[in-house]
Amino acid sequence: MAVARFWRENASRYNLIGTKCGVCERVYFPPRSVCPTCHRASIGKMEPFKLKGEGEVLTFSIVHEAPSQMEMQKPYVIAIVEMDEGVRITGQIIDAELDDVAIGMKVRTTLRKVSDEGDAGVIHYGYKFMPL
Amino acid sequence: MDVGIVSYGAYIPRYRIVPQEIGKVWGTDGESMGRGLYILSKSVPGPDEDVITISVEAARGSLRRCNVDPKQIGAIYVGSESHPYAVKPTSSIVAEAIEASPNMTAADFEFACKAGTAAIQCCLGLVGSGMIKYGMAIGADTSQGAPGDALEYSASAGGAAFLLGSEDIIAKINRTVSYTTDTPDFWRREGQDYPSHGGRFTGEPAYFKHITAAAKRLLDVMETSPSDYDHAVFHQPNGKFPVRVSKQLGFNEQQIETGLLTPSIGNTYSGAVPLGLASILDVAEPGDRIFAVAYGSGAGSDAFDITVTDAIKDLRLEAAPTIKELVERKKFIDYATYAKYMNKIKLKEAVE
Amino acid sequence: MRDVAIIGVGDTRFGELWDMSLRDLGIKAGLAAVYDANLSGDEIDALYLGNMSAGKFTEQEHIGALIADYSGLTRDHIPATRVEAAGASGGLAFRQGVMAIASGMQDIVVVGGAEKMTDVGDVLSTEIQAMAADQQWETSFGATFPALHAMIARRHMHEYGTTRDQIASVAVKNHKHGALNPKAQFQREIKLESVLRSPPVAEPLGMFDCAPVSDGGAAVVLCAMDKARKYTDTPIKVLASAQASDTLSLANRASPCRFDATTVAARRAFEIAKLEPKDVNLAEVHDSYTISEILAIEDLGFFPKGKGGEATADGQTTLGAKLAINTSGGLKARGDPIGATGVAQVVELVHQLRGEADKRQVTGAEIGLAQNVGGTGATVVVQILGRVN
Repeated sequence: MAVARFWRENASRYNLIGTKCGVCERVYFPPRSVCPTCHRASIGKMEPFKLKGEGEVLTFSIVHEAPSQMEMQKPYVIAIVEMDEGVRITGQIIDAELDDVAIGMKVRTTLRKVSDEGDAGVIHYGYKFMPL
Repeated sequence: MDVGIVSYGAYIPRYRIVPQEIGKVWGTDGESMGRGLYILSKSVPGPDEDVITISVEAARGSLRRCNVDPKQIGAIYVGSESHPYAVKPTSSIVAEAIEASPNMTAADFEFACKAGTAAIQCCLGLVGSGMIKYGMAIGADTSQGAPGDALEYSASAGGAAFLLGSEDIIAKINRTVSYTTDTPDFWRREGQDYPSHGGRFTGEPAYFKHITAAAKRLLDVMETSPSDYDHAVFHQPNGKFPVRVSKQLGFNEQQIETGLLTPSIGNTYSGAVPLGLASILDVAEPGDRIFAVAYGSGAGSDAFDITVTDAIKDLRLEAAPTIKELVERKKFIDYATYAKYMNKIKLKEAVE
Repeated sequence: MRDVAIIGVGDTRFGELWDMSLRDLGIKAGLAAVYDANLSGDEIDALYLGNMSAGKFTEQEHIGALIADYSGLTRDHIPATRVEAAGASGGLAFRQGVMAIASGMQDIVVVGGAEKMTDVGDVLSTEIQAMAADQQWETSFGATFPALHAMIARRHMHEYGTTRDQIASVAVKNHKHGALNPKAQFQREIKLESVLRSPPVAEPLGMFDCAPVSDGGAAVVLCAMDKARKYTDTPIKVLASAQASDTLSLANRASPCRFDATTVAARRAFEIAKLEPKDVNLAEVHDSYTISEILAIEDLGFFPKGKGGEATADGQTTLGAKLAINTSGGLKARGDPIGATGVAQVVELVHQLRGEADKRQVTGAEIGLAQNVGGTGATVVVQILGRVN
């Protein structure tokens, strides 16, 4: 039963809430409670920070051997996207032709079903990227 | 106090299937079936799309187009007959995903194809009474037609969200009336995968009777005639019914053209009139008057008289896709892919 | 700190070992190492065991005690510790053993590594391996373990002009070496075309770019150098054992094209050993994917960044060249029973440095290096071993 494990991350999974270090102003996603650069000085100064949701593809792969959760979607595209705020996020690219996906492609986030816990289980929603 | 639409957004999945492709599988002349229904293609949700994802995309689009703080939304109602959960609201997930929660109310509506307009009426009441500042009403569906059933040619996916309020409204809702009876023309029992319908019983005693009654009641109350309206949109289970009912009521083809989407995307059920209305608002000019009548099996109709205001010029239309863009964003798929995406293929249990 | 020597090694064949359980694998390798070290068993002070995921693969946790028990080591109640760092579990267990002896706390320890992967199906096995990545922010969003490496490969190709053929040449070379290793999972050569045409797993990588699912065990016996001669005439000296960490997610790195943990661990190891990359005769590196070997030989300092693919395709890492990489066949051909891999790398280096590697012997091998990676480079352990003259 992984309900709570996903539920407690919903703010980040739905709305890209990361953190910003109040000392050096670096942005992190997923959220962190201590800044890897400022260490002790950042404790208590890591503020929630919402990413705008746009970025460009840094690298990607077309996945053919999928985990059971993504069996219906294969082949699908997984990418590391560099967001406009500089932070990088790993996620699927959807609603794009496989041949059109390229390094540097501009994308924005949308909400999709990411996984579920079987037909009777809870559905986990989260961000995916679509061509801008 | 004037109450109306502050902003709106819409979403239609990009996959399409044509009737020929469906007919081929069932030994039916799909082309003539499509011609009979006046449906040239229908939208199909991707394997990771459902009413929640469609609703969120539409609602986010509506918020991108205006300056309303989502925390000021006091109610979110999502109308659908294909909520992903039987128990557990769609609306609470939408509320979280647009950052409207937690100080607000939310609930899911079901009234076959008119649950979306029922949600609009509820929000109008709450805004008009001063109970809430803004309300979000969404109509969306990923409707299912049983394999081989006539519904399979029409049942599609899409939805639209309307942010309702009393300030900076882009379209004033002058009046809404309804007409409701117990008419079992279409239903789905708890636990059933596919809906059942009364065949031709869905026509005259159901669709036509209710739409006509609600429309006439609204024209009477408003003391208007069809020629007073620039646009009209009627529920569109296929491409033929809305054309016929509009003629019966005295509307012409130009009036219903913009709101008629079923020929290209199929019947989006609870999304149908909301999407048609969104399509009209995409092109409407200040002063335009809109006549809209939804129909939900079971059965009832909600009719709306709407006047577009000058504020529509300030709406950031380009901040979210227009209906035209959504309709034109498409990828055709074959029946096998459709069956896979619509969860119609029986899979084996995973063996670990 | 005391010098540490390896006085015995042992391993099982790697592959689909249907008739062997996790405990069989651990014990077979361990007993072979103890036998090789000429120990009676009474001298062993402690056991360290590398294992990634016995709980997921076989529903058995607490395997430190399990292996100690079935190795017959419960009479004296010696400490038995399981070490986990995904793919680097074995290398890390080795490092724990080295530190225990170097500190003076223990004199003789057995370090084992074992993984039983084929007791679950392929899909689940792939999912378990992916737990080495960030489950919450990578894997659960659809980034499989091969896909993460495929993204490394694509970016490497984009930034440095590395070609698909160069990447595939890693598999060809490692199968060539594996064909000479009687304990390898795959003892046959493959053609470049076979790699390029293998079914796509995560583009641009195909099936032959991926290390297989394997069962296996490996073990070594460590001893304080000043006591080593009592047991063997050919002790192999641990010149350095260094470890480094990085972000768990590939996305959070400055660059997905390099493993900084490899660079840092290697720099520390070379400093401790007072050696340079050019002094190394052979290296066992963590080629869980073909692209991983290219990153490894660059980040370890053997080749300039971006030149690893070209060097491999050019034969500069093949047996017979100045620097032989993965003479055992590497993870690709010898097999990759996750927790055993880091220990198996050391076993191969010891065979080479003792001059007993038969057909795959590196002539005049004096210095060997092992690089063991956990996840997509979040943990890296580098060991440097040398002959004692």
